[in-house]
Parts: sequence; structure tokens; C-alpha cells
Amino acid sequence: MAAQLYKDGGFVADDWRHLGDDEPLPEAGAVILPLARFLENVATAPASLKLAVLLRAADDPDALAPHLSRLELIAVDFAKFSDGRGYSTARLLCRRHGFDGELRAVGDVLLDQIPLMRRCGFTAFEIVHAPTRRALEAGHNVEVPLYLQPAERAGERPAGARAWARRPAASPV
Amino acid sequence: MYRYDEFDTDFVSARVEQFTDQVRRRLAGDLDEEQFKPLRLMNGVYLQLHAYMLRVAIPYGTLNGAQMRKLAYVARTYDRGYGHFTTRQNIQFNWPRLKDIPAILEELATVEMHAIQTSGNCIRNVTADHFSGAAADEILDPRPYAEILRQWSSLHPEFSFLPRKFKIAVTGAPHDRAAVQVHDIGLQAKRDADGNVGFTVFVGGGLGRTPMIARKVRDFLPEEDLLAYCEAILRVYNRYGRRDNKYKARIKILVHETGVDTLKADIEREFEEIRHGVLRLPQDEIDRITDYFAPPPFDAGADDGSLDRATAADPALAAFVERNLHAHKAPGYASVTISLKPIGKAPGDATADQMDAVAALAERFGHDEIRVSHEQNLVLPHVRKADVPAIFEGLKAAGLAEANAGLVTDIIACPGMDFCALATARSIPVAQRISERFGTPERQRDIGDLKIKISGCINACGHHHVGHIGILGVEKKGEEYYQITLGGSGDENSSIGEIIGRGFSYDDVVDAVETLVDTYIGLRETPQEDFLAAYRRVGDAPFKEALYGTA
Repeated sequence: MAAQLYKDGGFVADDWRHLGDDEPLPEAGAVILPLARFLENVATAPASLKLAVLLRAADDPDALAPHLSRLELIAVDFAKFSDGRGYSTARLLCRRHGFDGELRAVGDVLLDQIPLMRRCGFTAFEIVHAPTRRALEAGHNVEVPLYLQPAERAGERPAGARAWARRPAASPV
Repeated sequence: MYRYDEFDTDFVSARVEQFTDQVRRRLAGDLDEEQFKPLRLMNGVYLQLHAYMLRVAIPYGTLNGAQMRKLAYVARTYDRGYGHFTTRQNIQFNWPRLKDIPAILEELATVEMHAIQTSGNCIRNVTADHFSGAAADEILDPRPYAEILRQWSSLHPEFSFLPRKFKIAVTGAPHDRAAVQVHDIGLQAKRDADGNVGFTVFVGGGLGRTPMIARKVRDFLPEEDLLAYCEAILRVYNRYGRRDNKYKARIKILVHETGVDTLKADIEREFEEIRHGVLRLPQDEIDRITDYFAPPPFDAGADDGSLDRATAADPALAAFVERNLHAHKAPGYASVTISLKPIGKAPGDATADQMDAVAALAERFGHDEIRVSHEQNLVLPHVRKADVPAIFEGLKAAGLAEANAGLVTDIIACPGMDFCALATARSIPVAQRISERFGTPERQRDIGDLKIKISGCINACGHHHVGHIGILGVEKKGEEYYQITLGGSGDENSSIGEIIGRGFSYDDVVDAVETLVDTYIGLRETPQEDFLAAYRRVGDAPFKEALYGTA
């Protein structure tokens, strides 16, 4: 299967594997666990096994506070693209908790929502929707590149004198 | 009024391009209808009963002559020669073709207009008192804050997929003409003893299936905290608002189910974290935006007494002045309400020619300013009283001189089953029949202030819950039935109307309204005691008895 992970402007191989609640924990590798299972195993997992966490829409990011400094990756699930809770989850992780690892949007991730997700702090996207994949591969930009709110994405430049007006970073991330 | 700078111009053009591309991808099949729907809604495009509908934003109901002429042009070129002004101070075109919508948006962009966030589960067009900057009783003009909120909420990355729509209204006068207590966030601007600006903040009001009056969460929020506090409210709502049932998804349900104290504590906790951050409003930015709304240069010698002489000679003009003029803060000036409720016509509709006529009057006599009121009328906010006779003549020629502002025929009605896919009953024809029943000038004036509001389904777009007389059309066994509520109000003493009893058929509902009005006339203590005051004094018993007989 072709790579699904879109990051830094292209599709790349994914070192991480999603692990459901029923699959046994491997001895080694890198797995993404649902929140409850992550919290159960984070203290006891062997050093050879890297853990990341999947937050579902109703999960409280505050639950990760004690573990953030050791987390390389947090995935946020959009079970339906129209459920916007994940945007707030991302902003809380970035702003309230200062998380600076990979923040990955998974699930129903669509082309028109990606620019909004980026501004809320997402840096990586798992893409399953074929037209979205084609558009990303073709470099099709759908963003309104002028912003009227401060956001989490690094490198946005002030635009004029207004307190909140921003333009994208000089080169898109 | 606010004028676009280069940033705003580029922003709107980029949004038009973005939407054009979205339409193209929808037609190419890259987006299915479910995926496309929120995108088109966020740009004001609905799929209605017979056609697409385009709702164009008129931020806080303020526009100029060139913008009104552009709306007339769109009505003439892309629609059937008219538009419909809405209860949220916007305008809807009921018959555009989807393929024309990108072209319409390009036309609108040339006069600094757009359709951004006039629909969808996002922060909607911010509304304000239609007499802002003009009313004699105003403490301060709320529009600079409405504009700041408009900018901040435009294409907000975090709040574009909320549980449900989110409506904000702002007023700067003690008499609330913006119905702030029936909005998701209602803001009442005021000054403290030292002259500092702040807001009383209401949260969780709304109409629809479950009408609720908003709860006060702040008595005096300092102006510099406005955006941070709104962001805190929105974040709490986005995270905890219900998403399992669209009819329970508005913030009013969250307030109701969580309890206002708990929810307020959540909001305050969130606010504390961000209040000193980048959203804190700098004074120079407030001043910069406020400068756009500077009042026009008023002529100190405007009050020449000529209007009094003209009304003495012309009873029709006198009636117009009595009903359709509102007290202005500058001596010799007034705000003129242009009624879009001619007797027997659809409330809120204006033809392209009428829009052009209003634009011309605004340019000639009104400092080039027009307002849309949430009661679906137009307003010239700043006119010299001496010019009122000429304006009245101009309005007569355009068929817009009905002297019925605030009277029984000044009815709010949703589009209803004639246009809307959700409606279960007609509302416009009911409004037209009531208007005809009470249409003579003498009878209307005798009845006095009376707000009738009509919705064609329980979503309550006609605001029937806050009508002094509210009418809700429902469908029962294939027939239209009309439920009547009494005692609703959407001002600073807001209340939700109460159902008086069993409903009436389409044929009988106008008779029932007449019975209610006659009952009121019979029991009022003086002609100055209006319908709502009388109802609040005597309760529903006499009205019930008149409608249904003694039980």
C-alpha cells in the first residue's frame, strides 16, 4: 500500500502503526494506542517499544499532561470531518501544554479542512480519501492565505498593522 | 462605515477563488454532497425547495448606496428582480443558479461584500442595533466591536465545525433593539463610572425548537477582553456542546444541561489562561476601527422647524413621521424606517427598483448610509428632519412609504413553505392576510405598538417566540395548523411567549388574531397601554376566553 502519511509537503513512510484495543502489545517497534490503553501501558512498556497516543474527539488532552515531554507523536482522530472537537484538542495541546512533537490528524481528513488543521497546530495527516490524496500530490492549494486570527502554526507573518492579521510563512510547511 | 483595506480585499478575493474551486471539485465528483454541503453553507449557499438560495452578508446591517445598487444589480441580473431582507440583517436571493454563484460573488466583492459565514455550523454574521451610531438613547456605537468580532470570526480555523450555528449580537443602548438575549452570545456595551467601555455578556439564548432567554455570565467585561472571552466561550462550546442530536446542539442546551454556574466556571478557567495573550485588544486597534464609524458631520443648524409645518399641512406625512421616525442623538436629525411591509405584500422583500430608490435617497439625504433591521425593514440612520418630506415623496414613488413601523402590519415572517425545504406551513400568505385585515391607517394606529411574528415550522426563523403575538405553523394530518403564543418579547425585558391553546386552521387563524386584538382594545386601560403591557397586566385568561369560550 502506498504511504498515507502526508508531512512536510509530501507522502512519506510511516514508522508508526495504529494498534487497536484487541491486538497484543509487541515487544518492540512504534505503536499508537488509544488513550486508555496508552495510560495503562506507558509506565510499563519495554524500552524497545515506543508509544504514541490517539485522542478521540471526546478525550481530554489534559490527561496527557504528565507524559507530554516524552511523547514524540500525538494523533487526533476525526471520526467524521464535520466533528470539530479535534481542532480545539490540537490548540490546547500546543498552547496550554506546549506540545511540540508531531501532531497528526487521522480519520476523515479532507482537502478543505487541512489548512484549518495546520493553523490549529497539526503537522502531519493520514490521508485515505483518494481525491484528497490526488490533490495533495498535485500540489493543489485550496487555502485562503490570509488569516484574521493568531494561530499555532510557526512562521506566520504579521500582515500590516492589524493585531491579528497574518500571512503564511514565506515557504509553506 | 468600515472600508476594506488591501488585506480585506485580498481576503475576499481569495475566498471567492476558493469557493469557485470547491464548486469545480464538487462538479468533478471529488467532493460528494455531504462533504460539499458545509463548504457551500459556509459561503451562504443553501439548497432550497425549488432552487439554490444565496444569502449575502450585510455585517451588522450596515451598507452604503453603491452596495445597495449592487444588490439591485444581482437581483435583476441573476434572480427574479427582487431580494429578501432577513431577520439577521442579511439579504437572500431565492432563485440564483449554482453555476452563476461564483460570478455573483465576484460582483459582490467589487463593492466589499461577500457571503462568508451566512450559514453553516460556524460563527454567523454579527448583528447590531439598526440605529447604531444614531439613536438618542445610545451610550456608544457597538459597530466597531461588531466589526472586530466579524474579523476575528472570519474563517476561524478552530471554530468552523462547531456543533451548530453560532450567533452573536451587540447593542450599545439601554433599550435593546438587537435582541441580544436570544442570541448564543449577546453583548450589551456600556460605560462604567470612569467612562471605561465594557460589556454585559449573555450566553445561551436562542429560539428554535427550545426557546431560551440567555443567562448573564458577566456584568462588565472590559473591552480589551472581548475577543479572549468570546474565544473561551467558543472553545468550551466546541468541546462540550452536544453533537448527537442537531436539535440539542446549540449552546443554549449546553447551558441548560450543564448549569450556568458550572459552564461559567469552565469559561472563566479557559479565559484566565488566554486573557493576557495575543487576543487582548490593543487600544490603538480599537481606536483605528472606531475611526471608521465616526459620525458624519452633522449640521448644527439643521433644526429649522420646517418638518412641523409640513406635517401640519399633510396628514399622510404626519402619520409617517409619527411611526417611522426614530429619535436621533443630533438635534434636527432623525432616523427613518423604510417599511418593507407594504399592506398585503411579503415581509422583507424589495424589488431591484426599490433598492435603487433607497440607494438614491441615502446618497442624496442620508450621508450614504443604509441599515437593515432585524425586523426586516430598511433604515436611513442620519437624515435632517427638514429633508423628511422629500424623502417621504421619494419613498411614495417607490411604493415604500407605509407608515407602519412597529404596528400590527409590521410583521416578521420566515419564508415558509413557499420557499423553504424545512417549513411545514405557509407563513408569508398568513402575514399578507393579517396585513390586509388590519391594513387601514386608522385601525393600525388605534391598535398601537404590536409585534406579530410568524414561523412556518418549529425552527422558528420568524421569531414567533418573541412576538407579542406569535404564530407557529405546523402540519397536522396533512393540514396546516397555526399555534398562537402571547406575551413574547425580544428586548431588554425579553420573554418567551406562552401557548394560548389549541391551534387554528389556515382559514381561521386571521380571525383568531383579530379576536385577540379586539380583546386587547376592550381591556386596555388607556390607548397608551400597548398590547404587551396589557397582556402582562391581565394575563392570558381574557384572551383565552375570547378565543375558546369559558371552559
